[in-house]
Amino acid sequence: MDSAGTVLQLLFAGIGTGSIYALVAVGFNVIFKSTDAINFSQGEWVMMGGMVAAATVTATASPVWLACLFAVLVVTGVGMASERLVVFPIAKPTPLLITLISIGLAICTKSAVMLVLGKNPAGYPGFAGDTAVHLAGASIHSQTLSIIAITIAFMVLAHLFFEKTLLGKALRAAAADRDAAELAGIRVRSTVLWSFGIAAMAGAVAGAIITPLTFTSYDHGTMLGFKGFSAAMLGGLGNLYGSLLGGLLLGLLEAFASGYISSHFKDAVAFLVLLVILFWRPTGLMGTPAVEKV
Amino acid sequence: MTILEVADVGRSFGGLRAVSDLSFTVAKGEIKGVIGPNGAGKTTLFNMIAGVTAPSTGSIALDGQRIEHLKPYQRVERGIARTFQNLQIFKDLTVLENVMVGRHARTRCDVLHAIFRSPAARREEEGIRDAAFAQLDRLGLAHRAEEKAGSLSFGECKILEIARALAAEPSLLLLDEPIAGVPHAETERVADTVRALNAEGVTVLLVEHNMRMVMRLCDSILVLNYGRKIAEGTAEAVRRDPAVLQAYLGEDDDA
Amino acid sequence: MANMDDVMTRPATGATAAGPRRKPAAGGLTRDHATLGAVWILLAAFPFVAGNEFVVSLGIMFCINLILIASLNTIMGFCGQISLSHGAFYGLGAYTSGTLSAKLAVEPWIGIPLGMAVAALSAVVIGLPALRLRGHYLAMATLGFNAIVFVLFNELVGLTGGPNGLLGVGPFSLAGNALFALESMYWVVWVAAGLVMLAILNLIRSRVGRALRALATSEIGADALGVNVFRYKLVVFVLTAAMAGLAGGLYVHYNQFASPETFGFFTSVMLVVMVALGGWGRYWGPLFGALIFTVVPELLRSFGDLELFLFGLSMILVMLFMPGGVAGGLEALAGRFKRGGRS
Repeated sequence: MDSAGTVLQLLFAGIGTGSIYALVAVGFNVIFKSTDAINFSQGEWVMMGGMVAAATVTATASPVWLACLFAVLVVTGVGMASERLVVFPIAKPTPLLITLISIGLAICTKSAVMLVLGKNPAGYPGFAGDTAVHLAGASIHSQTLSIIAITIAFMVLAHLFFEKTLLGKALRAAAADRDAAELAGIRVRSTVLWSFGIAAMAGAVAGAIITPLTFTSYDHGTMLGFKGFSAAMLGGLGNLYGSLLGGLLLGLLEAFASGYISSHFKDAVAFLVLLVILFWRPTGLMGTPAVEKV
Repeated sequence: MTILEVADVGRSFGGLRAVSDLSFTVAKGEIKGVIGPNGAGKTTLFNMIAGVTAPSTGSIALDGQRIEHLKPYQRVERGIARTFQNLQIFKDLTVLENVMVGRHARTRCDVLHAIFRSPAARREEEGIRDAAFAQLDRLGLAHRAEEKAGSLSFGECKILEIARALAAEPSLLLLDEPIAGVPHAETERVADTVRALNAEGVTVLLVEHNMRMVMRLCDSILVLNYGRKIAEGTAEAVRRDPAVLQAYLGEDDDA
Repeated sequence: MANMDDVMTRPATGATAAGPRRKPAAGGLTRDHATLGAVWILLAAFPFVAGNEFVVSLGIMFCINLILIASLNTIMGFCGQISLSHGAFYGLGAYTSGTLSAKLAVEPWIGIPLGMAVAALSAVVIGLPALRLRGHYLAMATLGFNAIVFVLFNELVGLTGGPNGLLGVGPFSLAGNALFALESMYWVVWVAAGLVMLAILNLIRSRVGRALRALATSEIGADALGVNVFRYKLVVFVLTAAMAGLAGGLYVHYNQFASPETFGFFTSVMLVVMVALGGWGRYWGPLFGALIFTVVPELLRSFGDLELFLFGLSMILVMLFMPGGVAGGLEALAGRFKRGGRS
């Protein structure tokens, strides 16, 4: 493979993984905006999306896209149910308490998937089978292109949802100023429920579309959640477009670090760059600096 | 005798000039008030003296020593202590502990002394406790000493912040809107406190929105508008100043 | 009925500078010191009542976990700085002393202090930039640091043994005789954990500790009262990293083996959880946190695959019904008991 081909190959690999990180980061951001908490179950929902889709494909021999759609619906429901079960009952919710409870939720989600769907790795073919597209000396899995397309579609829909729909606007209003939103008649506690639903959906989409490339198993969630969180921080917490930027940047960093330095050290290189960026811009690339009024 | 000298101080935020070429002095033993309409630059000036904001130009000197480059904690050591408009009470600490933190700048036993509980540290701790209690007693909060600071009323919190600042033995006490938000019934208590402290020799510089209070309390008043000094002098002189009248025209003086 | 405490502490008039008030025993030891001494004497009896070696080994892990959780509680609970790199400092302590022992036969008495120094030094390097960040961004930076260190443990195979783990770590020895007996090891960790608990108690009940608790609530407020906020955050971050390094050194010579996943992301997160379960910012909290961390997984082991699920579930339940952790719950209970007895 010539060097232009290598670059192209790495570029697509980076954008592919980066898209996944971006979707996971969107999940972190949506819940962060409604609760100020970091939701540790986010990664488990990603894993669950892949696992449920895989189980559906195996059990019903339904087309992959249908199984994925089904998985996304199931996980969205799980996300909303989780909010009602463990977040809603908190007597005095603080960001720290919600974050800690979400760690417990993550452990429960992960082990529940293990108990129900088993410990074996699971996978299924891509939407267009396991075909490759050849482009200027690079060989790209068709699923990578599907991932990029679906991520773009998801981002556009999310943008339209938050800008155009009543519910989306209510969520944004509640995120901007909870008390004011409450006064305007928005039920802030129920916006938390919706944010869990949307976050779980974003996670499940990510999990369902990445599984054809990587396989998945019950213990894959933590790492994906960790990477998505990093992408969210890199872009700037609370910023939808920051998620996209952070996700793509992290994905590209990893791809090029493993291509040109060493695949063993790709995480170390990616996080080193992430740290440098954070120290340079303490609230992420697109985050607004918090100004404390004295 | 001058205690604080502000000379040609200016500060802009992204092209917007909050304070321009401002010069004034505070004399030892006086109560000086800074007033001005909203956006006049009072808070910026206050923050520059306290060390939260660095001036873009000019100098600030305390007792003849330049301090404009120092951090807030270093200025406390030099003798400037402050209170906050938006209370910065340590609400999980007791009232007494809040004031004990105020002794920080006047004490020095550090981490190693603490870990080994050295005799020096234990002696110092006793001194801190006594001095802090004395401040609470002075301002009439001693009976709440052992309670969590979070349980105090808003007016009591303002007094607690003053007690805490006094524990640092400041030569200049900065009060940031000491009665803003304090219920009417408690404003007299805060004003009396400031007056009593001044009688004991504490120099006070205060920023306050309530004109009536400033006029009654301050020996001299500095009036700012659009970041510039438009008048300075006694309450009587300032009240009659045409520039001041103009700046406040249409403004509610009790807002 | 009048509240006795109020009557006792309220000065007769506002003007009496020497009004009646409660003073702690001047210069002497506080009640907490007495309690700590009593608890440590009780823990000294543990090997004699433990019955079998397995239970003694739990006691050893309890002491090591206590050092980890108590030090993390100091930087997070008292100082308010979210740190997700405690696992990394734990690992740096373990791998430094472990590698020196396995490759160069360096004695633990030398290796462990070196491990603490390495942990402390890396805390300086990461703390200098990271402690200027706030809240979630500090969490991210420390987590990123942990991720980098984790990769190094896995990939520097020549030094660490890589994913297969570090073999050939020597045990503690005294005057040339290896302390193979579990009881001897227990005494080593018992002393270490006791000293760490004492150091933390002295620290938080001091001028410095007060400044830390103050800056946890309001950095601006503490700064305005003369507290060099950044310096204190850094000093405590480094100090607690050294304590985690100590725990790592003790662990590696007790276990005579180390593998990377012991010091990864999950460990760092679980330590934070244990701080919360024990009681965030409460001195006695880590005792309960370490107890839970050490014993509960063993108790749940009989449930097989259900273990993890039950663990997560009980975590959620404790946080829902005892947001102040076990220590906070006991405090509330004691408070209710006191009030009930008085009225």
